[in-house]
Amino acid sequence: MAYTEEELKKELETKEYEYGFYTDIESDTFPIGLNEEIVIAISKKKEEPEWMTQWRLEAFRVWESMEEPNWANVHYDKPDFQNISYYSAPKSADPNKTLDDVDPDLLEMYRKLGISVDEQKKLQNVAVDIVVDSVSVATTFKKTLAEKGIIFMPISEAIKEHPELVKKYMGTVVPQKDNFYAALNSAVFTDGSFCYIPKGVRCPMELSTYFRINQAGTGQFERTLLIADEDSYVSYLEGCTAPSRDENQLHAAVVELIALDGAEIKYSTVQNWFPGNKEGKGGVYNFVTKRAICEKNAKVSWTQVETGSAVTWKYPSCILKGDNSIGEFYSIAVTNNYQQADTGTKMIHLGKNTKSTIISKGISAGKSQNSYRGLVQINSRADNARNFSQCDSLLMGNECGAHTFPYIEAKNKSAMIEHEATTSKIGEDQIFYCNQRGIDTEKAIALIVNGFSKEVLNKLPMEFAVEAQKLLEISLEGSVG
Amino acid sequence: MLKIKDLHASVDDKEILRGINLEVKAGEVHAIMGPNGSGKSTLASVIAGNERFEVTQGSIELSGEDLEEVSPEERAHKGVFLSFQYPVEIPGVSVTNFMKTAINESRKAKGLEDMPAKDMLKLIREKSELLEIDRKFLSRSLNEGFSGGEKKRNEIFQMAMLEPKVAILDETDSGLDIDALRIVASGVNKLKSKDNAVILITHYQRLLEYIVPDFVHVLHNGKIVKSGGKELALELEEKGYDWLKQETAV
Repeated sequence: MAYTEEELKKELETKEYEYGFYTDIESDTFPIGLNEEIVIAISKKKEEPEWMTQWRLEAFRVWESMEEPNWANVHYDKPDFQNISYYSAPKSADPNKTLDDVDPDLLEMYRKLGISVDEQKKLQNVAVDIVVDSVSVATTFKKTLAEKGIIFMPISEAIKEHPELVKKYMGTVVPQKDNFYAALNSAVFTDGSFCYIPKGVRCPMELSTYFRINQAGTGQFERTLLIADEDSYVSYLEGCTAPSRDENQLHAAVVELIALDGAEIKYSTVQNWFPGNKEGKGGVYNFVTKRAICEKNAKVSWTQVETGSAVTWKYPSCILKGDNSIGEFYSIAVTNNYQQADTGTKMIHLGKNTKSTIISKGISAGKSQNSYRGLVQINSRADNARNFSQCDSLLMGNECGAHTFPYIEAKNKSAMIEHEATTSKIGEDQIFYCNQRGIDTEKAIALIVNGFSKEVLNKLPMEFAVEAQKLLEISLEGSVG
Repeated sequence: MLKIKDLHASVDDKEILRGINLEVKAGEVHAIMGPNGSGKSTLASVIAGNERFEVTQGSIELSGEDLEEVSPEERAHKGVFLSFQYPVEIPGVSVTNFMKTAINESRKAKGLEDMPAKDMLKLIREKSELLEIDRKFLSRSLNEGFSGGEKKRNEIFQMAMLEPKVAILDETDSGLDIDALRIVASGVNKLKSKDNAVILITHYQRLLEYIVPDFVHVLHNGKIVKSGGKELALELEEKGYDWLKQETAV
């Protein structure tokens, strides 16, 4: 039978979040609340050097004087920052052990997540760093990478082992006081990944980090710092999941990418934090600051597939500082039920002959709101800068919204900026056409959505493109009206 | 094979089909003609199971099975094919990918494994040659930017791939130039067998010169007002529909 609006709604309701399980691992969790003592305690717990503690405290003091931004097209109850625990570590974590020593319960959790560490290690040629709650659990392939001089490790270790690199680059792209959430992250970040690719080295495998919030009432504040030295190349992927919980969980990450002269970074994200239930209860607040700086002839591509979180506030950006540098942003953002996403990018053209491309695909279903917000800024010295932006929205049903907020600031006459935007709706006639060929409605939606998102899916590394496609299907099951 | 009894159907409470009776046996070709608004396309949609239309009375049987509770995709799995008058565009989905999905969904419904890639390629090669389709065409997004002729040829290509029991061709001839018409018609003729049936919905006699029907029915005001052999089509061509309208009014 073809679907009526009612049937569709019902089916949508029965769709459950696939990753909604909680693994009972003994955790070492700090009391709730945030003050200087907590910041110092986190630093101490991580056995950090004094300069790091001071850096955190500076951030904390700035944060105290700041207010939460409210310009985004999202509405939610502001988190009570004194009601969150800022540190939660699986008790059995020990940074020095290898994968073989990892707690079998943890490994079971990865298995449920569909990321068999062993499998990925062997089959996919992917080096994985996994962060559960606040602590990085295992980094695979460390040795293989070390032979090339590549450093890939939890940031907490990097602070101790490579302080000169961390000190030199951390906060240079996203300063402590950049914004409310970045300041908060700078004060309390507990782990994350650090990566350095030496001059002229092409990283032979995909690097990958999986983030997961497990413990109730904790926030996850991870920090990623990736430095691609001159003429190097790296492709990096991060994936995120969280168990389903009634209360909102806070996730405020910072990602800084540094692409030195001639370097290329591909950074892909598959974000599937718990989106909340069908009534819009629970879900993750995803307030993330991601920014890259491109030196001469460097290139950074952000690719994101955003299907999770109750509220998303995220603008992976590129500062095209060097001449001839290139910034790209490819995004698929899916919202369903009561999800809200305000996401996009900023392309700041400072150097000459800089180029940027923005392809954004927003898919809204249920009662969700999906906004694209982007800024293309051409500085007065950026001669011959080029930008191409394309923002497409696909709507399902009559109760969701799609919004586009493109900002363009050009201060150089030679700039060439193009912007295209479309909005379409999955039509009954498209569904019937597919039905008539023997394709049921679920599959038809998946087919149409995948077709719509193809330009972006194609940008993902092969093995993750398949995963992302599946994720799109799951997120939108039964959501056409 | 297909048995339609006293079929009444309406859309938004407006009755369009008012008691259709039609029996189509395996190996037969039926043409349904009639003026605009007589209900030809509605009949095609209702047979295919489009739920925009409500069947208020009567029945459709396929090989003895009542289709009332059968969904459009299940009807397709059972061998009903509709060549659309206005095929829709699905951006980003290639003709090949679409066909692969359609075939494998049908196979899944029958408890079969996905068709091996090798066989799929062979089938595609075979059928695209039959319809003189350029292979490059198959990697294009479904119907996106296709000319009228390309869309119709693509519909018949899909028919060739899916090998239906009952194929309904809704105004497949409209928008085709004479060469394309010849190719499409010869494709349909090659696909025709003693085990399947074809229903041609058309305004004009032109298509029937290439695909010769066994029966011609004239639809008017949601009813079949006259049936006959292929000569009826010629008569219609000559006299138009007005004489029939008058005849039935009496």
